[in-house]
Amino acid sequence: MEKLLEILQNSKPNIDFTAGHKLIDERILDSLDVITIVSEIDDEFDVEIGVNEIVPENFNSVEAIFAMITRLQND
Amino acid sequence: MIKNVLEFIENSAKSQPDKVAFVDENKSVSYKGLESHCKSIGTYLTKFNTKNKPIAVLLDKGVNCLEAMFGVVYSGNFYVIIDSNMPVERVKTIFNTLSPIGVITDEQHMQKFDEFKNHCEIIDFETAVRADVDKEKLKQIRGQAIDTDPLYALFTSGSTGVPKGAVICHRSVIDYAHWVTTTFDIDDKTVFGNQTPFYFSMSVLDIFTTIKNAATLQIIPQSMFSFPLKLFEYINEKDINTIYWVPSALSIVANWKTFEYAQVPKIKTVLFAGEVMPTKQLNIWIKNNPNALFANLYGPTEITDICTYYIVNREFSQDESLPIGKPCDNCDIIVINKDGKQAKADEEGELCIRGSFLALGYYNNPEKTSEVFVQNPLNICYPELIYKTGDLVRYNEYGELIYISRKDFQIKHMGYRIELGEIETAVNGIDGIISCACVYNKAKEKIVLIYQSKNLSDKDILTEVVGKLPKYMVPNKLVRLKQMPLNANGKIDRATLAKEYADLK
Repeated sequence: MEKLLEILQNSKPNIDFTAGHKLIDERILDSLDVITIVSEIDDEFDVEIGVNEIVPENFNSVEAIFAMITRLQND
Repeated sequence: MIKNVLEFIENSAKSQPDKVAFVDENKSVSYKGLESHCKSIGTYLTKFNTKNKPIAVLLDKGVNCLEAMFGVVYSGNFYVIIDSNMPVERVKTIFNTLSPIGVITDEQHMQKFDEFKNHCEIIDFETAVRADVDKEKLKQIRGQAIDTDPLYALFTSGSTGVPKGAVICHRSVIDYAHWVTTTFDIDDKTVFGNQTPFYFSMSVLDIFTTIKNAATLQIIPQSMFSFPLKLFEYINEKDINTIYWVPSALSIVANWKTFEYAQVPKIKTVLFAGEVMPTKQLNIWIKNNPNALFANLYGPTEITDICTYYIVNREFSQDESLPIGKPCDNCDIIVINKDGKQAKADEEGELCIRGSFLALGYYNNPEKTSEVFVQNPLNICYPELIYKTGDLVRYNEYGELIYISRKDFQIKHMGYRIELGEIETAVNGIDGIISCACVYNKAKEKIVLIYQSKNLSDKDILTEVVGKLPKYMVPNKLVRLKQMPLNANGKIDRATLAKEYADLK
């Protein structure tokens, strides 16, 4: 989880990702952010997030992103 | 002869009153409804009793925003779209230049812009759209309008920190909509899938071509572009068959391998502009949509939207770049070399434009206007303006124009036009900054801010910048130096910075 927070924090240094924001609903992450973050996640966690995973539900919170990563790692 | 864009709406309302004109996430409006709502807003705005004055529109991209825009036109004034996500400070800078009569907004945005109450009238959209229509008054206003009256002003990034408002008249947009219609076979069966914001010149194609042809404009929710599969679902569901997007949007779809999971078979026309379209991503689109027409369009806001175009008619390898093509009908291109003379056949020169697409100038900025709207150097006989784009081009062996580079520090980032100087001015305004410079790493598509400061951190600077500049101008990477490199003249050594941070890595 720390690694994920680090990736998110690096992509947007002035957002507090521990504050429980709804990242998509509140328009904190835009399309470019999603691309950058996914690319870093793929590298860091050795997974391949395909376009079928790129849905709002998987990115709306830090927990949701982490759940998606865990699920992909176990596949 | 059409002399006012409102005739597009009125003609479409007459021939197809119930046809859907505009659709957003929350509502849709027919041509009949559109004409009625706009006339109500127009009547409401006549209380200001002004002509050809600016009225700002500060609403989210959607049906209401469009109705407000045309409402302003009915009142005999011109509209200025303000990005609702823009920091208040930048809006203030624009308003200082513009001095709008009023701002049409809604409850959602009214609080954010509360401080403007004392400078101009805040007009509530919901109140304006319910006003009774005064046919006589509107007829009187219309009777005095001419085609060279201003229709809108669009503000673009200013290198010295002050955005410039290019004013475009009805004539230019009428001509432009005609060119789009004829060149791309637009008719009432066309369904546009709009991606570009309304404060962006590209939206002019979507909006005005739609109303001219009684077509339909589907405003694709911004969030869709983060989720390519949802985007495709939306396109298919709404029967979108024509898109005019920035290359970044097309590239996002291609890069996610979206076409391996879904298709958009109804799309017949794919137009793009705003930045260089990478060939690799274009080829993915073409491969999956072999029967669609693809065209690269090019042009600055100062000439309405587009001045040259290239319809893809051959294969391009990954390292070839697309031409920007040939001039639009009724638009003339002159390439001027550095000696101020017409460039020879394959000589590099600055692209200059002549014709009725030209803006009237920059609002309240005669200095900046005279820098780029100049007398045609090839014509010494009578006053004739050309617009100097600052883009360097030359002709290829097919007689097609090729874009080479900028003359200055303007960049295109995610399709947005940005003067690096505007970012630098904003950063230099922060207490504690000793010096700063911006470079653009094109390969990585990152705006890099190099700065020198005793006490400030990256986070401090970003926090300040976010309050001053739109999101797309916020630097993506920050580099803190103990000492900014200076050249022999004591100025920031931009060449060294570019080499270090802007070149491919």
